[in-house]
Amino acid sequence: MSNDTLSNDTLTTAPLPKRRRRRFSQLSRSDRIWLSLMVGIPTTIHVVFVWLPAISTTVLSFTKWDGLKLGTWQLLGFGNYWTIFTVLEDKLFPALFNNLVLLVWLSACSAVGMLLAYLLDKGVRGTAIYQSIFYMPVVLSLAVVGFIWKSVMFSQAQGLFNLGRDKPIDFVGNADKIFTLHLPFLDNPVGLSKNFAALLVAMAWRHIGYVMVLYLAGLKSVDPSLREASAIDGCNEWQSFRRVVFPVMKPINVVVFVITVIEALRAFDIIVALKEPVGTSVMGVLVKKNLTGEGGGNVGVGSAYGVVLLVLCLGFIVWYLVNHYRENEL
Amino acid sequence: MSAQLTLVERKPGYSKGLRVLLYGFLTTLALAWLVPVGGAFYASLRPYGETQRKGIFSWPDSLGLANYRDAFNQGNMSKTFFNTAFIVVPSIVLILLMSSLMAFAVSRFSFRFNVALLLLFTAGNLLPAQVLFQPLFQFFKAVPWPDALSDSDTGSLLGTKIAVIIVHVAFQTGFCTFVLSNYMKTIPKELNEAALVDGASVPRMFFQIILPLCRPALAALATLEFTWLYNDFFWAVVLLNKGDERPITSSIANLGGAFFTNDNLVAAASMIVAMPTLLVYLILQRQFISGLTLGASKG
Repeated sequence: MSNDTLSNDTLTTAPLPKRRRRRFSQLSRSDRIWLSLMVGIPTTIHVVFVWLPAISTTVLSFTKWDGLKLGTWQLLGFGNYWTIFTVLEDKLFPALFNNLVLLVWLSACSAVGMLLAYLLDKGVRGTAIYQSIFYMPVVLSLAVVGFIWKSVMFSQAQGLFNLGRDKPIDFVGNADKIFTLHLPFLDNPVGLSKNFAALLVAMAWRHIGYVMVLYLAGLKSVDPSLREASAIDGCNEWQSFRRVVFPVMKPINVVVFVITVIEALRAFDIIVALKEPVGTSVMGVLVKKNLTGEGGGNVGVGSAYGVVLLVLCLGFIVWYLVNHYRENEL
Repeated sequence: MSAQLTLVERKPGYSKGLRVLLYGFLTTLALAWLVPVGGAFYASLRPYGETQRKGIFSWPDSLGLANYRDAFNQGNMSKTFFNTAFIVVPSIVLILLMSSLMAFAVSRFSFRFNVALLLLFTAGNLLPAQVLFQPLFQFFKAVPWPDALSDSDTGSLLGTKIAVIIVHVAFQTGFCTFVLSNYMKTIPKELNEAALVDGASVPRMFFQIILPLCRPALAALATLEFTWLYNDFFWAVVLLNKGDERPITSSIANLGGAFFTNDNLVAAASMIVAMPTLLVYLILQRQFISGLTLGASKG
């Protein structure tokens, strides 16, 4: 027994990482094989079907290829990027602009969601019912959301928004711009089309409830004594929220921010389901259109669009991971 | 003590006027929230000609399920429903199996690449699908697959449900691993050690000790994944765009003509497609919301 403690003592003097690894080798051989399989199989599937394609797309963006026959690609260097940023600027920048508008819009919706959560958290009677109602659209796919809004709200013949109008407005068929922006390096101005604005309304319907539920959970986890303390210190409602409650919910804030950004960048379903109305192009649709166009599409250009999207996403993904794991494990 | 009590009571503390305002605001908003779905449901029960003439928000002359019958038939929904079920059920089973295995190994044992692996999975889950699909498309096109085993007869995995299942499993395992490993971290480490001392093997520890304890998290993830996979539109569009293996989400798009769309028919189809997820949400609301918040908050 004393021998045991002795050897244990010598063990603990070893540096920490080594000790950690020893725990793995303490296991029996069959257990080690089991664990390797448990980690190995999911990791292999994930890497082969998620990361490898992402890398392949990046590689393909430097080539010229019609996508029909494997091996017929030619290396092109940065040619595709040159093409999309100059020749095809009227496709790229309106799409990027729409993504940006969407990001700003969804951020505003996130704020509304937070406000709703805050109000519901204030001991409102029937919170559960309100929560169910606001959250309901989230279980619908964006494709279905698009169809529901198009057929009930926006419909030219009978939609709610056209009720009592002598001249019905074609909400999802109107490419007129609500506002335009002249950028010095572009020939044509970018702007927000009425088509896209209509879709924004439908997307808000779904996004607000999503964020609200996340914040409701976040608010419940805020220690009530913090609020009391801030009340004793003479904070008014806004100060106590701004200085105490909001900072304490940082994990939720980070998650909501990432969800908002990723949703804004990934947007696809609602636009494609409604057959890509004019002026609603976003990056996700642009990528898909170039890769599956007639005659196999232009894989190089489509992939270059994809890489632009990927780079935008990766920035936020890295930021999120740093935020999340620095506090947890690292 | 009494001071504390009054402070606790202050939390809901609004004056009567403010309360009325708050309830008024919330109720109005909640009613507005129901309009699109409620309107779609109402419109779906009425013939197109009638709502055309009188508008959607009018007293009905006739109510019926004719639109539902037509949408079901024209959208070929008996077939597409089956296709969706064939994609969603195996996907969920595989996703939960894979991610619980992975989460178990990563959270209950420490070895060198722990954090790196979790980073890889979490990051992978956030990648935009549009960036991945072209290489996957080419890959599935290159893998031969007997036509006898598929309805789409492409001679390859492309256009088959199997391709979509593979993609879902690879993609969603990231999120579920993240959630499950957070959850498993809250289970006391001593359980592991006790089991090891008692001579339990790793598979036994997994199947008999940890997995049963994760039932709430697994149920939550299953409900969440059900709606996500059921609602998937992107992979259905790019991998199943030809052939008979299309899922339910694509059947609405078939209803709209080039020049004329029967809005009430589309509304009925939307209601049919939305029904399963709405039912699951209404029945399993608690699991649903806890799944989301499990993913959002740190364990």
